[in-house]
Amino acid sequence: MFSIFPKQLFLVDPLAVFFLIVIGLVCVPSAIFSIGYMKEESRRKKAIGWSLLVIFALSMCLVVTAGNLFSFLVFWEIMSLASYFLVVSDFKHEKSVSAGTIYLIMTHAGTACIMAAFFMLYNYAGSFDYNALKEAITRLPANFINIIFLLLFIGFATKAGVVPFHIWLPYAHPQAPSHISSIMSGVMIKIAIYGMIRFFITILGPGPAWWGAFILTFGIISCLVGVIYALMEHDLKKLLAYHSVENIGIILLGVGTAMFFWPLGIAPVAALGICAGLYHLVNHALFKGLLFLCSGSVYKATGLRDIEKMGGLIKVMPATALFFLIGAMGISALPPLNGFVSEWITFQAFFAGIMQAQGGAKFFMILSTAALALTGGLAAACFVKAFGISFLAMPRSARAKEAKEAGFSMKAGMVIMSGCVIMFGIGAGFIIPPIMNISRGVIGADSVRGSFYMVSVLPPLIAGVLIVSGAALFLWFKFGMRTKQVSYNTWDCGYYRTDSRNEYTATAFSKPFRIAFSFFLLPYRKTEKIRDSFYHVRKFTYETHTTMIFKNYFYEPLARLVYSAAFKMRKLQPGSIHLYIFYIFITLAGLLAFASLF
Amino acid sequence: MTTLSGIIFIIGKAFLLALAAPFVSGIIRKTKNCMRMRRGQGLFQFYFDIRKLFSKDEVISKNVSWIFFAAPAVVFTASVLALLMILMVQPGSFTSDGMAILIAVFFVFGLARFFLALAGLDAGSSFGGMGSSREMFISSFAEPAIFITAFVLCVSGGNSFKVSNLLALFSVSMAVIAETSRIPVDNKETHLELTMIHEAMVLEYSGRSLALIELASHIKQIVFFTILSWYIFTPQVPGIYAWAIFPAKIAAISIIVAFVEISLAKMRLFRAVDFLSFSFFIALVASIAASLGL
Repeated sequence: MFSIFPKQLFLVDPLAVFFLIVIGLVCVPSAIFSIGYMKEESRRKKAIGWSLLVIFALSMCLVVTAGNLFSFLVFWEIMSLASYFLVVSDFKHEKSVSAGTIYLIMTHAGTACIMAAFFMLYNYAGSFDYNALKEAITRLPANFINIIFLLLFIGFATKAGVVPFHIWLPYAHPQAPSHISSIMSGVMIKIAIYGMIRFFITILGPGPAWWGAFILTFGIISCLVGVIYALMEHDLKKLLAYHSVENIGIILLGVGTAMFFWPLGIAPVAALGICAGLYHLVNHALFKGLLFLCSGSVYKATGLRDIEKMGGLIKVMPATALFFLIGAMGISALPPLNGFVSEWITFQAFFAGIMQAQGGAKFFMILSTAALALTGGLAAACFVKAFGISFLAMPRSARAKEAKEAGFSMKAGMVIMSGCVIMFGIGAGFIIPPIMNISRGVIGADSVRGSFYMVSVLPPLIAGVLIVSGAALFLWFKFGMRTKQVSYNTWDCGYYRTDSRNEYTATAFSKPFRIAFSFFLLPYRKTEKIRDSFYHVRKFTYETHTTMIFKNYFYEPLARLVYSAAFKMRKLQPGSIHLYIFYIFITLAGLLAFASLF
Repeated sequence: MTTLSGIIFIIGKAFLLALAAPFVSGIIRKTKNCMRMRRGQGLFQFYFDIRKLFSKDEVISKNVSWIFFAAPAVVFTASVLALLMILMVQPGSFTSDGMAILIAVFFVFGLARFFLALAGLDAGSSFGGMGSSREMFISSFAEPAIFITAFVLCVSGGNSFKVSNLLALFSVSMAVIAETSRIPVDNKETHLELTMIHEAMVLEYSGRSLALIELASHIKQIVFFTILSWYIFTPQVPGIYAWAIFPAKIAAISIIVAFVEISLAKMRLFRAVDFLSFSFFIALVASIAASLGL
């Protein structure tokens, strides 16, 4: 009856195909980009990098097409390990190694939870196959399903970077080479979302409504915490990594809405929720991939990741600047690009939920709406900062001044992705029907009609009006007016000259947000004055930091606990073989007793 | 609504409203001046200002990129788009289409704000950066209240005698004051470095670019006033009654805004957060009332 060898090796349903497309959409341009990005590396490093990249991409494809728990787990692990080696590919830097270690620990803690859940499932179903599991679920006691749900949630949330399991993301993503960050942030964390949809909805679902509420709560927390941290961050790649936390939150809002409404018997809203979540998922893959590639292009040209030292890059790297702007507009949900469409559908799902739900469910939807609205505003602010400080105005350092535009293959990778960002926005009418089909397959009901007519009509309309009106204004200004344009210094209040040191900095830009969220960020500052005399300060340094509460108050104490426990455990291992044989004996006796008792 | 005559009708209405937009600002300024016992400028002064700006030469900073030139066009186009979209909504009987458009209008304003904030940073002046930072700050805190009240509006249908609607009206008025850069959040009349928000962002603009931005901000104001007007005695069926009552409502709103401006002092920037969180909590209460059917 119990068979280790699964009958169902692969499962290629619309949901899996959707994820395969997402993987392809990000991996191919990133691979093209990497040709230029890795040009100067040694032959050996290139060979290792490429083979790991292929293994990484392939393992992700296999995870989403796996048809049973066993192969899912194997490919999941290959994916984690391949990405770990890619993160530490710059292994001479201590930072890379420690980032890799944090990643490895977190991802394995998550995998352990997934494994535990899988064994519990196997124990009841007697098979690893998804189909067999689905039948066995009805026989499972409710408590067990809830425990399985929680374990799987911790496992997948760790991979996806949901707050409070996001701790590895801002370390690992920036340390990897940019095309790898693009794949990790664009696709790999989405594989965890695949796991959630596959297990929570198609296999375990419909679970109780509190699962949905649980996911929604984590979604709300993730999107707010992610964006607030992103606002404080001035390392371009870390900033993008925190935005991944935020966007995973937004995706979870869609998925959570589905899980919330399905058991309540309001399946159309649930289908719309899945639709919103999946659409935002592919959109985030596209614009986040694109933004990471752009940050890689900037890093390649300047060697900088700190936006405070950039500035004026739009003049020396016009193409990269344009691509970054497209990505930034996408992620800030500006019409007519893709982020706008998916956030818009998410709002519509909330609205449909508010209209059709009763009591508390309604209030939950309203809170989600508020969280998403606030997140949207803060994300836009963050990307005004990221783009404005790093690409506009005057260069703040010599390196930024002497930057050179990226090469052909790097540009090609970015062009493909920015094209997709635009197409997935304007062509929403063509993207929605297939995603609707998937959500129908997942939930088993048609989605509420929503306002898909508007979704397919409005973005091209907005794009059309913008282009026509922009062209008309341009022609009118160029040829239809007699007024002149005079070039002069920026207004400087009558001082004789302003330079890049007078510019507004990223720290200053985010100051209002730092103060408004000070209850959460707990900012502190260090100032140091070096004086020649009482009256004359020769040097003044000012630093401002925020407290990472999850790291300082949860992970660090936990790590200390583990260390001190490990030191105490050391006494058990004095190196005497007799003692070890004694341990083996004790264990054996214990196991025998356990087996005979239970 | 998709018929050709419908489209022409909407475009015609949008044109009229855009034309009337500076006049609304004129009403506000005139009312304020009357209450301050000043003669002040005429009701049509903003039209003259815009015409004057269009005929002036521009001074442009040496540091700017194409973003600086693109921003006025984007801002202006986005405002006009928002105006067109708002006219596609049928107040009083919200469908899912209407709701979707209403949400999209806020996103379109987001587009305008994004480009204006970038333009503020483009010249490399601290004022511009300060303005951009503050504008993004204020608007991101105004956003939740605006979205929630929009939902309340759809549930209550602008029925003024419902508790939820009244609360939503109160909340959205506060958010609209923030969005249209009015006292107590921002002050359009001052160019004092430390207090200005919107004006700091556009400090580097002159001539026709400034004219476009000013026109856009008048249009944005009339769009938000239109949304505000939906909370007050919205007739269920649009007709000649709506045509007559709409201008009166806009005029009434402008006069009330003028009263608010004259009777309050501008707040510190960080007090604005309290102001907007208050608006947010009122919106939450309104939404609870709406879900109870009140």
